[in-house]
Amino acid sequence: MTVLFDMKGVGVHFGKVQALQACALRINAGERVALVGSNGSGKSTLLRTLHGLVRPTVGTLQVDGAARQAMLFQHPYMLRTSARANVALGLWLKGVAWSEANNQALHALERVGLGALAQRNAKALSGGQQQRLALARAWALQPDVLLLDEPTASLDPGAKREVEALMAEFAQAGMTLIFSSHNLGQVKRLASRVMYLEHGRLLADLPTQDFFNGPLPLEAEIFVKGEIV
Amino acid sequence: MNTFSDSVSTAFSLIASLDPLLGSIVLRSLAVSALACLLASSAGLVLGAWLGVARFRGRGAVLTVLNTLLALPSVVVGLVIYLLLSRSGPLGFLGWLFSFKAMVLAQTVLVLPVVMALVRQTIEDADRLHGEQFQSLGAGKGMRSLLLLWDERYTLLTVLIAAFGRAISEVGAVMVVGGNIDGFTRVMTTAIALETSKGDLPLALALGLLLLAVVLLLNVLIALVRRWRERVDQDLPADASPLQARQPGIAP
Repeated sequence: MTVLFDMKGVGVHFGKVQALQACALRINAGERVALVGSNGSGKSTLLRTLHGLVRPTVGTLQVDGAARQAMLFQHPYMLRTSARANVALGLWLKGVAWSEANNQALHALERVGLGALAQRNAKALSGGQQQRLALARAWALQPDVLLLDEPTASLDPGAKREVEALMAEFAQAGMTLIFSSHNLGQVKRLASRVMYLEHGRLLADLPTQDFFNGPLPLEAEIFVKGEIV
Repeated sequence: MNTFSDSVSTAFSLIASLDPLLGSIVLRSLAVSALACLLASSAGLVLGAWLGVARFRGRGAVLTVLNTLLALPSVVVGLVIYLLLSRSGPLGFLGWLFSFKAMVLAQTVLVLPVVMALVRQTIEDADRLHGEQFQSLGAGKGMRSLLLLWDERYTLLTVLIAAFGRAISEVGAVMVVGGNIDGFTRVMTTAIALETSKGDLPLALALGLLLLAVVLLLNVLIALVRRWRERVDQDLPADASPLQARQPGIAP
């Protein structure tokens, strides 16, 4: 089993704010990890740290350098240009020639069901379409690991289903998924492992079934009950 | 009041008759300010965008100086450029003093901080919101600044209007380095100052009206361009590239 991330005693401080404290985890290839917890619990910081956008203030983080990563943000930013050019941009930044990037971009858009909207201005797309476009931009890079920060948080139920279906397909194809979510139903459907964070601390790290059935630390128990009720 | 109304009617007749003297002054003004804006924008857009994403020791001090330069009196710019271009100055060998080039140089120096400071703020705000996403895609600081510059292009049109407005309406710098020489370095603002002091209010007022009209026309044109581009953006060509080629010297 290939270890993709090995985190030991990692803390992340933003000035006086401790966004992550003493986090230790190991994530293997092929896992589908859900990060849950209330707002401000450190989910996004953990994702950004794993992705290399934030450096740990203390502790060590070992990352499999051979594994390609892509990240999907809660509010994906699209350039004021066509959907196709937005996807091609990601490839171009990785060194793919523009004409080839354009071809691959179209393929990626078709993969997420946006082929017909390839020429539309990305800013003119709906929230759900923009999220699928962001998925296409990430998928086009052929990542081994896809990190997703609340990918369906602001979407309507239909768009949520579409994005979830794509995530499931990507996972089926062997991609490692690490995503944060407030939607415990989604976590049940997609995750093989759940991590619960509170105030920057990793309080529970369990297989999905154990997380929802087994005994949990008190804080996690309260959170789960509150979210389900 | 009569003087004023007479002046206004004479001003309109001068404009309507396409007075050649008036025309040459207006064209010279536009040429000086447009060229100065072009030069200041070329440097200011790139430098301002870089400042928007760059983090280095002393950046705060640089920004304080830059923001202070926004209030730089044009006459001070004129004086500094005058000293640089005067025969005994370090750039005296150019022989530019009291010339068109000297006026362009002075207005470029005057407008550059305006472009840089406003672009820096725009790009810094955009980078704070979206920079991580470009970083995630593999864009370095240089590429991020260029992408954000390109994406904020409509907002930056307003910066260019502000820069042009600052250039075309200033009088101190062009008066000092241009010398207000009739037929050579006389522009709208220096002519207004001169004609007012001579008591030729109609010509001064006509120039003033034209100055306002030019800025108004420019604003209308840019608003139309913005609206047109936003409409065009709804139906982009297939190969619309955010940047047609990699910029040399900037790591992706």
